[in-house]
Amino acid sequence: METQTQTIKKETKVAKGKMTGAEAVIHCLLAEGVDLIYGYPGGAIMPVYDELYKFRDQLHHVLTRHEQGATHAAQGYARASGKVGVAIATSGPGATNFVTGIADAQIDSTPMVCITGQVGSHLLGSDAFQETDIIGISTPITKWNHQVTKAEDIPTVLAKAFYIARSGRPGPVLIDITKDAQFGELDFVYEKCKGIRSYIPTPETDPKSLKQAAKLINDAKKPMIVFGQGVILGEAEAELKEFIEKSGIPSAWTILGLSALPTAHPLNVGMVGMHGNYGPNKLTNECDLLLAIGMRFDDRVTGNLETYAKQAKIIHFEIDPAEVNKNVKADVAVMGDVKNTLAQILPMIKPDSYDSWLQEYRDFDKIEFDKVIKEELYPEKEGLSMGEVLRGINEETKGDAVIVSDVGQHQMIACRYAKFTKSKSNVTSGGLGTMGFALPAAIGAKMGAPEREVVAIIGDGGYQMTIQELGTIFQTRVPVKIVVLNNDFLGMVRQWQQLFFDKRYASTEMVNPDFVKIAEGYHIKSTRVTKRENLQEAIKEMISSKEPYFLEVCVEKENNVFPMIPTGASVSDIRLA
Amino acid sequence: MEKENFTISVYTENNIGLLNRISAIFLKRHINLDSMTASQSEIKDVFRFTIAVKVTEEQVKKIVGQIEKQIEVIKAFYHKEEDIIYQETALFKIDSKLLFEERQIQNVIKNSNANIVTVTPEFFVLEKTGRRREVDTLYRKLEPFGLMQFTRSGRIAVTKEKMHISAMLEKFATETV
Repeated sequence: METQTQTIKKETKVAKGKMTGAEAVIHCLLAEGVDLIYGYPGGAIMPVYDELYKFRDQLHHVLTRHEQGATHAAQGYARASGKVGVAIATSGPGATNFVTGIADAQIDSTPMVCITGQVGSHLLGSDAFQETDIIGISTPITKWNHQVTKAEDIPTVLAKAFYIARSGRPGPVLIDITKDAQFGELDFVYEKCKGIRSYIPTPETDPKSLKQAAKLINDAKKPMIVFGQGVILGEAEAELKEFIEKSGIPSAWTILGLSALPTAHPLNVGMVGMHGNYGPNKLTNECDLLLAIGMRFDDRVTGNLETYAKQAKIIHFEIDPAEVNKNVKADVAVMGDVKNTLAQILPMIKPDSYDSWLQEYRDFDKIEFDKVIKEELYPEKEGLSMGEVLRGINEETKGDAVIVSDVGQHQMIACRYAKFTKSKSNVTSGGLGTMGFALPAAIGAKMGAPEREVVAIIGDGGYQMTIQELGTIFQTRVPVKIVVLNNDFLGMVRQWQQLFFDKRYASTEMVNPDFVKIAEGYHIKSTRVTKRENLQEAIKEMISSKEPYFLEVCVEKENNVFPMIPTGASVSDIRLA
Repeated sequence: MEKENFTISVYTENNIGLLNRISAIFLKRHINLDSMTASQSEIKDVFRFTIAVKVTEEQVKKIVGQIEKQIEVIKAFYHKEEDIIYQETALFKIDSKLLFEERQIQNVIKNSNANIVTVTPEFFVLEKTGRRREVDTLYRKLEPFGLMQFTRSGRIAVTKEKMHISAMLEKFATETV
């Protein structure tokens, strides 16, 4: 089935001449190559919506069912396509509903431009109807924000917005446009922003740092790489692979680095972090050199900083100077875009391999398989496990799908067990941990990468936070596949209550509605699986469906996700049970 | 690491929201500012914030990194006390009667190098510019006589070393032309 997004005609000519601010907004978007935006109309943004109507054959607008959904959809679009996501809403509640998505995009470095309407400039500060200080509210969670009160400022401000959102370390930008600026007239000329004198997107690379890093790499006996989303954002997957293969260094990914290297790559040793793999976490505290590539040493990765990789020299490949020495002190910081710095250092390192060191990872893998993975993927218990659902999905998609996960146990299971063959295949809320992210983000991901299979893995809790976006799926017929792993619990919180709060299950048990009936209400094909013998067939039917599909899998209620590094513990104190 | 007094200089574009962005960086780390002042700088259209804060050097490095990351911040630096020339200004509003009735107050004013800014039949205003210590000393001496109003500005400072902001901006201008 064709989705609405594929019917848009491409426009390349940039308009010029007299027009209103509202029309100028559309021409700015078109000039930036935007053909799809997510949003929700309302009073203070109506002039722009009126222009969207006129330009509906050039710029497609997806009506989400809540402004939060528009931001997450724009994020999903950006993460799957590598382009800037755009979301639009009205003033007041429309703008405040953007806040969670903006904060999520900020902490996960997602390029996004949010446009909000604002009351007329003569009403600013008067507590007018649907007036809210969204600039003040969004300041700490945006890479940049700006209020436009004059029509003639729209082209330069929007050009800056797109430039800032996508350059350097990407992030969200919010542009608030007063209603009179939308109605006002201007002489439209559009010039893409090429630079801002107070902003250095990519710092220069010091050749000395490359030399020092190369020496440390060439001298190391037990080196280890941890790479993050910087590789994906910098489109440096090929450079990373070459670097890993030449250096022979065992390489782990952070949760947002997932899919930057194929899962099956022989030097891929899995995920670091709280629910990451046993080997890379344990051996973080055994390596003599830790190469951090496009990652930011989040506390969920490092555990207790006092005991994190203290024995190792640290090389940090980083684009954002504020990240260097923020959490972990680097012996050598290689500043710049990893696409360039990895290419530059490649000829400086000697080809090598670390067979016995790599074997240490594999030995830990064996322990993890026996104690955790085996029962998760091939359970002997009667109840279904989340892991076997992921195994089934892997079998049907052959690792080619984009996996969009929400937040909680199912997310950790998805990130641990989904197999990836291509980059930009893991869309999840890593930094902010936003429940409700996945359903709208999956809509955006499918529209951003229409040729790819997109499977959303969601828990029964997070699903109900943005469940209304089923309406968006119904209206656009965007063929996303939705899997709800239902354990009738807020599973991750329940797991913590079990382990750290003596099983006092405070407000974590969910009395859930009939999810299949709800999907049916939106005319989305749906199935519920409660027994193992029906699972694979149901997954197969879902994946082969050309339409949106909803699959509920009722899983074991009180399973836990392991391994686990308890909060504040050392990475080497990772628990298997 | 010991906490020390640091002065942070921030060269910025003149932008309404920037004050918010900069203060939020301190707010979210629960760091109290001793003072913050903003004014025009030596360069046309470039503003300068001077922030005084007591933190560890490790903290101030991270803060400066976060400040510099803001789009409209051209450059941020931190300085130790010995790297800068710094001053504060205080205003004391005092009952004019005291000037005639209390001999001692005249001596205090004379010895403190303070200036009388204005005198009216009801009150006079004394201005004192100097280091915090000097202002505090004067405050302690005048306070027993009774102060009608007192206010002190934030620290302003210039560095002993050259600042290369103009060169940075010129470099940008030539590279983008």
